[in-house]
Amino acid sequence: MSKRVLPGFGISLGVALAYLGLIVLLPLAALAWKATGIGFEGLIRLLSAPRTLAALRLSVGGAVVAALINVVIGLLVGWVLVRYRFPGRRLFDALVDLPFALPTAVAGIALTTLYAPNGWLGQWLEPLGIKVAYTPLGVFVAMVFVGFPFVVRTLQPVLSSLELDVEEAAESLGAQRWQTFFRVILPMLAPTLLTGFALALARAVGEYGSVIFIAGNIPMHSEIAPLLIVQKLEQFDYAGAAALGVAMLSISFVLLVLVAFLQRWSHRWQERAT
Amino acid sequence: MTVPLRSRPVAWPRRVLHAVLIALALVFLLLFLVMPLATVFVEAFRQGVAPYLDSIRQPEALSAIKLTLLVAVLAVPLNVLFGIAAAWAMTRFQFRGKALLGALIDLPFSVSPVVSGLVYVLLFGAQGWFGPWLDSHGIKIIFAVPALVLATIFVTLPFVARELIPLMQAQGSEEEEAARVLGASAWQMFFRVTLPNIRWALLYGVLLCNARAMGEFGAVSVVSGHIRGLTTTMPLEVEMRYNEYEYVGAFAVASLLALLALVTLAVKSLLEWRYGDEIAAHAPGGH
Repeated sequence: MSKRVLPGFGISLGVALAYLGLIVLLPLAALAWKATGIGFEGLIRLLSAPRTLAALRLSVGGAVVAALINVVIGLLVGWVLVRYRFPGRRLFDALVDLPFALPTAVAGIALTTLYAPNGWLGQWLEPLGIKVAYTPLGVFVAMVFVGFPFVVRTLQPVLSSLELDVEEAAESLGAQRWQTFFRVILPMLAPTLLTGFALALARAVGEYGSVIFIAGNIPMHSEIAPLLIVQKLEQFDYAGAAALGVAMLSISFVLLVLVAFLQRWSHRWQERAT
Repeated sequence: MTVPLRSRPVAWPRRVLHAVLIALALVFLLLFLVMPLATVFVEAFRQGVAPYLDSIRQPEALSAIKLTLLVAVLAVPLNVLFGIAAAWAMTRFQFRGKALLGALIDLPFSVSPVVSGLVYVLLFGAQGWFGPWLDSHGIKIIFAVPALVLATIFVTLPFVARELIPLMQAQGSEEEEAARVLGASAWQMFFRVTLPNIRWALLYGVLLCNARAMGEFGAVSVVSGHIRGLTTTMPLEVEMRYNEYEYVGAFAVASLLALLALVTLAVKSLLEWRYGDEIAAHAPGGH
């Protein structure tokens, strides 16, 4: 065995572990410990309360729908930005990251103003009977907004490295354009779309800042799960807040594992197909 | 990038399809991204320039700006040090549990901002683990500046490490080993070889880290206590003014944050365009 040439193993790993321990692990341990404070029955009672269930359903269900919408829109926008040339393409490309860069509170009040009954978009939707601000629909809109860049940004590098000869081969073998798209291109993009879906989903499930302004926060109707945690804290119900926090963490963990599994499965399915 | 993808002429039905797809994508981007951004500035200047400037010059706004800068100045450098240390350990050495360490670094990205704040309340709050001890020693963390900094550090922890790890992995360690063999000290190696190699990726990570640190709302809102002039950062000031129906004031402060976002996007695009190869390999969605 040769002596290590590069210095700093001990100190860099030590710093990294100490930092993670203090900033991430210790606080999470406090969360887990506090959550046990309400006991098993208390936990069941809390999680099965209609208001908790409604909030979890809106946060998880809304995030799933928003992520699905983002897969469709993200595919369209990513495709157009990579495949076509048009004036202003670079500008629009840079703009895709706006939801990452714009602070959530700013996005929240801007979306609310935009979709309020007298807002730029709200005034056109209101006569059609579509109410966005202060309804669950507003929650979806905010969730689509915050998750939007994920699908586009995951897709772009894959789209630009996609081999054109596969498409050309399909077409020269007589495939229609839509056949090429649905039978050749889409299956190749499936794992990437799943990754983008997972990232958008993970972001939207826990989203708070951009949602609370537009949601109206009506209990049982447009109240999201993170807001329930804030309310528990305001009532000094630390154990209840911790239990909800653990529930939310578990949900994101399960979703991420599920998607990782799906991804591996679609990768393998692809390899077998080719 | 600018090389046309297809040299053969494109049939007109296909060209119509292309135009329709481009139009659809642009309409979506305009309605969904540009309009919210425009709203911020239009609402901020709704009553003219003077009220806008007045609402930014109010003492609460100025103290919120100062606090936001203070939090970022403390949180970002700490996360830079952590990011460099973690990336060095992860990419230059083999050890057991490396994958676990990587997952831990990414963890804050998948935690709800509210939970990120909550964990510190449970640690340092009145009923928290260290609450009674801190109280008896007269130290305030929750509802004070230290908690704002801690929550911000938690939320922005992955940014720098996430940019550096894939890049340093791809670069390999030959140059650093050569420097060492030729007699460079550890610091000489770091400052003359490692740092120049990662500088643009580091700047990129700092840029994203800073944007999030200054704009963080959920985590900070939980630990702040909303004490005007003492613990309200700019996003919290936006919230408080908005909830008090002080719309011009809320959007005025929001416009400063939106401006920060635009500058961040511009510098980010510039870095990607100019130094794309040296930033390279950054994982998608790492924002």
